[in-house]
Amino acid sequence: MTFENPWIHGLVMGLIMGNVALGITGYSIWFERKFAGRMQNRPGPTVVGPWGLLQPLADVLKLMQKEDLVPRDADKALYNLAPPLTVFCALSALAVVPVAPGWIIADLHIGILFALSLGSLAVFPVWMAGWASNNKYALLGGMRSAAQSISYEIPLLLSATVPIILADSFRVTDIVNAQLGGNWFAFWPPGPGIAAFALFFLCSLAEANRIPFDIPEAESELVSGVSTEYSGMKFGLFQLAEYLHTFIISLVATALFLGGWDGPGDNDGIIWMAIKSLTLFAGIFWIRWSYMRYRSDQLMAICWKFFLPLGLALVMFSALWVHLT
Amino acid sequence: MSGHEAAPALADDGVRWTTVGGVRVPVELLTPNLPDPYLDVEEYDPDADLMVLNMGPQHPSTHGVLRVKLVLDGEICVKAVPYLGYLHRGVEKLCEKLSYVQITPIVDKNDYVSPMMNELAINMAFEKLVGAEVPRRSQYIRTICAEIQRVGSHLLWLGTFGLDMGGAIGGGGTIFMHTFRERELLLDLFEDLTGCRFHYNTHTVGGNRHDIPEGWAKKATDVLATIGERCNEYEDFVRGNRVFQARTVGVGVIDPSLAIELGISGPVLRASGVDVDLRRDQPYAAYDEIDINVFTDTRGDCFARYVVRVAEMRESIRIATELLKGVPEGPICSLKPVKLPGAVKAPHGQAVYSAIESPRGELGTFVVGNTERRQSAIPYRCKIRSPSMHALQLLPYLCPGNNISDIIVALGSLDPIMGEVDR
Repeated sequence: MTFENPWIHGLVMGLIMGNVALGITGYSIWFERKFAGRMQNRPGPTVVGPWGLLQPLADVLKLMQKEDLVPRDADKALYNLAPPLTVFCALSALAVVPVAPGWIIADLHIGILFALSLGSLAVFPVWMAGWASNNKYALLGGMRSAAQSISYEIPLLLSATVPIILADSFRVTDIVNAQLGGNWFAFWPPGPGIAAFALFFLCSLAEANRIPFDIPEAESELVSGVSTEYSGMKFGLFQLAEYLHTFIISLVATALFLGGWDGPGDNDGIIWMAIKSLTLFAGIFWIRWSYMRYRSDQLMAICWKFFLPLGLALVMFSALWVHLT
Repeated sequence: MSGHEAAPALADDGVRWTTVGGVRVPVELLTPNLPDPYLDVEEYDPDADLMVLNMGPQHPSTHGVLRVKLVLDGEICVKAVPYLGYLHRGVEKLCEKLSYVQITPIVDKNDYVSPMMNELAINMAFEKLVGAEVPRRSQYIRTICAEIQRVGSHLLWLGTFGLDMGGAIGGGGTIFMHTFRERELLLDLFEDLTGCRFHYNTHTVGGNRHDIPEGWAKKATDVLATIGERCNEYEDFVRGNRVFQARTVGVGVIDPSLAIELGISGPVLRASGVDVDLRRDQPYAAYDEIDINVFTDTRGDCFARYVVRVAEMRESIRIATELLKGVPEGPICSLKPVKLPGAVKAPHGQAVYSAIESPRGELGTFVVGNTERRQSAIPYRCKIRSPSMHALQLLPYLCPGNNISDIIVALGSLDPIMGEVDR
């Protein structure tokens, strides 16, 4: 589906895909709670609607009714600006991810750079929230978050460079097209491809503050990290941004490494994109509910001593591979 | 995955030993430069930008209402001061107003993770004071219950320790839910035995109030066997977990000589290589009729405390299962069924101390009888020595130099129960 005018195209597609992404994110919370419940010998949400299916709606309604508290000494402007900005940063990255041929909001020729730079911009609202809350736990959370996001940006970009080199384009559509017919970059070139995929996946977890890298939130240490002072829908927006970020990461990882909409044989289509990305999404939940969290200095050590050299080696290897083949 | 072998019992596997105050301790754990708990922050470093962070009393991971005042340099702790008393209920003062029979249900709430241990501790002291005999059958029931309580307490500790490392609903939450599933089975056992899941009020001066119901022994044996199997699952889940090891190995190392000085006991002390266990060293109840393996570890860190506690859990399961096979017949209380609060009298004004090995260490009771004739059914003074309170005194030594994440883990590994600390 395409329109001649890029503005109209972007508006229509943005409306459709943004709403679908938000819907999926909302129901992913329901799915995660059910999934976690099964892992922990409990049924998960069952009360609101059949199988608790209306739980996300009930949650949103509840959050909207809550009193909106602003701490007396908070920097009000920054404090109120931070939650919508996190959602903006998370949601904007969706613009450059194609879910099916032609189904893309804006097919930028620097697509993947746009997505990654928005991911790294997300550190600003988080730091804003941490600073503006005038709360020591939030401050520590924001500090940790800034350090973590800046560090993990580098291996994330390096691992994303591998498909860029292999496909010879920054445009995500081109990267997916280069993989059509089963040449998924996760499996070809053999070995380093899967390493690059794993590196991208892990660094994305760190970018999205998911366990085992959820140091900025760290419920047991920092109460709730940057969102400590937030209540009501502002708190809800932080949660929404986190899940959105995770979902879009799954989409980007699928597009970059798992062939996007490439299915077995000639059965390409949006359904394969959905299956692959939602499987990754569920995998992130699985990791979340089985692992503990690293300490912040250990997290940095992993990044600088292991992920960064690995990323550099992978980039060099893929460049060599492209040069030789 | 390092399998399901028991913790290394005290062995000379390359560990060098020395003697501190007549106790054998591993040389490696002795730290000559302990942090100064009375550090003057003003003089610490005039250029440092220090921040005071009050962790607690509403913090989610201080195991209740503990408040720790942390002076932070960046995220590294410089000085830590624990503040106690947010859960003070005046139990010791209440004991001076209530009779020996009435005190038991009051102390149930002290160590609210293993309530029956409190009953056992205080009633043993009262029995020593009034010179009451306890029948063998009651001794057996007490010992079996104590061991099952120990399993339940360590299960809860393991779950909350996972929470400390994994967030309130995060990864550690899974082990939390699993250990609580098993603890539920144990609470059901106690419900069958005493009618209550928490405030048992089952021990009394001279014996027990509730006899073992029919079929309980079989049920208890089955439940314990189940938990023994599930322990293997926890080991698979936790012990070989890279993240768990990264968070616990080498974190919160406790110097055994300092620990002895501060009166630390129980698994915390044993994890630092000191071979002390009151069940073996001063056998009480029915512990003299069974061999007890005491597990120690020479690493002294949070991982060692985990290893010791899980080994103790298995050992407790073994002890309880073996005792359940041979519970002798007979009465369960040497005194007549107590109807009146003043039925037990200790008129001589003696002072006695008796201690048991609770899941957290030496739970002692010091009681002085009242010489005044009209007050002879009421203790003159009743002092409870709780192991958690002593364990918390380690915090000023454990925290400095660590960041907040490690402080939470180190605090969790001490297994403090605030009800017992503040009484």
